[in-house]
Amino acid sequence: MRVMAIVKASKDSEAGEMPSEELLAAMGEFNEEMVKAGVMLAGEGLQPSSKGVRVSFGGDGERTVIDGPFAETKELIAGYWLMQVRSFEEAVEWIKRCPNPHEEEGEIEIRQIFEAEDFGEEFTPELREQEERIRAQAEQNQ
Amino acid sequence: MSEQDARRAIDAVWRIESARLIAALARMVGDVGIAEELAQDALVAALEQWPRSGVPDNPGAWLMATARNRAIDRLRRNEMAARKEEELGREVELRARLEERDLAAAADDEIEDDLLSLIFTACHPVLATEARVALTLRLVGSLTTGEIARAFLVKESTVAQRIVRAKRSLAEARVPIEVPGAAERERRLASVLEVIYAIFNEGYAASGGEDWIRADLCEEAMRLGRILAGLVPREPEVLGLVALMELQAARFPARTGPAGEAIPLPEQDRSRWDFVLIGRGLKGLDLAEALGRPLGPYALQAAIGACHARARSAEQTDWERIVALYDALDAVTGSPVVRLNRAVAVGMAFGPAAGLELLDGLAEEPALRSYHLLPAARGEFLERLGRVEEASAEFARAAALSGNARERELLQARSSGSAPT
Repeated sequence: MRVMAIVKASKDSEAGEMPSEELLAAMGEFNEEMVKAGVMLAGEGLQPSSKGVRVSFGGDGERTVIDGPFAETKELIAGYWLMQVRSFEEAVEWIKRCPNPHEEEGEIEIRQIFEAEDFGEEFTPELREQEERIRAQAEQNQ
Repeated sequence: MSEQDARRAIDAVWRIESARLIAALARMVGDVGIAEELAQDALVAALEQWPRSGVPDNPGAWLMATARNRAIDRLRRNEMAARKEEELGREVELRARLEERDLAAAADDEIEDDLLSLIFTACHPVLATEARVALTLRLVGSLTTGEIARAFLVKESTVAQRIVRAKRSLAEARVPIEVPGAAERERRLASVLEVIYAIFNEGYAASGGEDWIRADLCEEAMRLGRILAGLVPREPEVLGLVALMELQAARFPARTGPAGEAIPLPEQDRSRWDFVLIGRGLKGLDLAEALGRPLGPYALQAAIGACHARARSAEQTDWERIVALYDALDAVTGSPVVRLNRAVAVGMAFGPAAGLELLDGLAEEPALRSYHLLPAARGEFLERLGRVEEASAEFARAAALSGNARERELLQARSSGSAPT
């Protein structure tokens, strides 16, 4: 299964401060270990939300672009790993071995990624057919 | 922590640690069978203690220390029982080695060397391929015999026996647990790659099926390949094999239709391909090419896969490049199946008549005489040339030769002209 480990932002990461050399080295080592175990598929750090925007969708379908930075620092995302593991617990076990991503309190959230079979019963044959039809139409329109 | 939570946590730790644990122990005791038993002893101890005490901070070191203590105990008992002086000498020497080595503090390159040695040993050419596959999944992939049995659709006792025999064969042949030297390296590495690709292909064949664990073999093969690439990062064929598997696995989500029917490559909805895997595959292939050595069969096949992965539609495929890659692949493998694929690529690049001419040249090839894809490809090109009756006869011939029921149905349908072309 694939999971995403999401590193939550901190005051420092939101301020755009680079981590210490020590932390960078520890993170590098951790990344290398995950790569060598064949677990890490991808991973990146995100720039602070002050360089980001949000596109908000109103109930009436209106789109508004809101410039960062955003409040609720702890709910923002500072980076992620995409991991291929054999069980969710394996991902938890790996992330427990991760150095503290910030030099203050921090949090890493682990979420499982949907795969086609996860849609299971909900994804009925009719729905599938509908998807196929839509796709066929989209191709014709190209 | 509840009993169940603890078990799952231990299972996860085991998945992460066991290969390195077995590898270090195997190097010390000189026997993969004994190493595995010692590692299992440590696992049993963890299952007894961790639910009460919690998972230790450094579970890998805990398992290693426990296994090492078991090994020393066992050797002490053996020493007491040893009759022959020579035997006793060996035991004493082993014990000294065990006591001397501080496993928790082992340097990274030492651990990597151990792991690589274990992989080479499990894939030793002295063993039959199926024995190598089972032993590798067990020791390096830390799958249980039950999981391996389900994945390969055989009885658990069959797998268990296969593994026991493989360990015995290694011991009897006195296979040293080490990374082979330069003279032997290429042949031994080929043997490892063959095992990994065999695991992948087993899963690939099943990836349209219902049984998730069989399809999971592909994930396992890719994981083993990535581990190997981490251990020997400068081998183009290792990088090539990983890229090949990733590029092929990227197409899984588009390989089967809603009713489970196979969808051939040209008709696949490419928006469903897995672009994470495509990105990784292309990057891995770049790394292999950047090493500047001639590409081997895996890297060349990956390069062909990359041509498909880069094409946004079947029509936009760079068939001329694929023909050139098949030329190179033919030169290294000399395989008639490669020449068949090359002929198909020529037909795609330069028109059905050119493809058909090459296919006709393969008609006398003994290895292809009962291979259904030869008449299937002829049928395809004849149909495109408007030679409908001849095409129908070829599809019927292909259907009769196919071993797969669903494929046979498709070919029969094409023979009777009822399937869309």
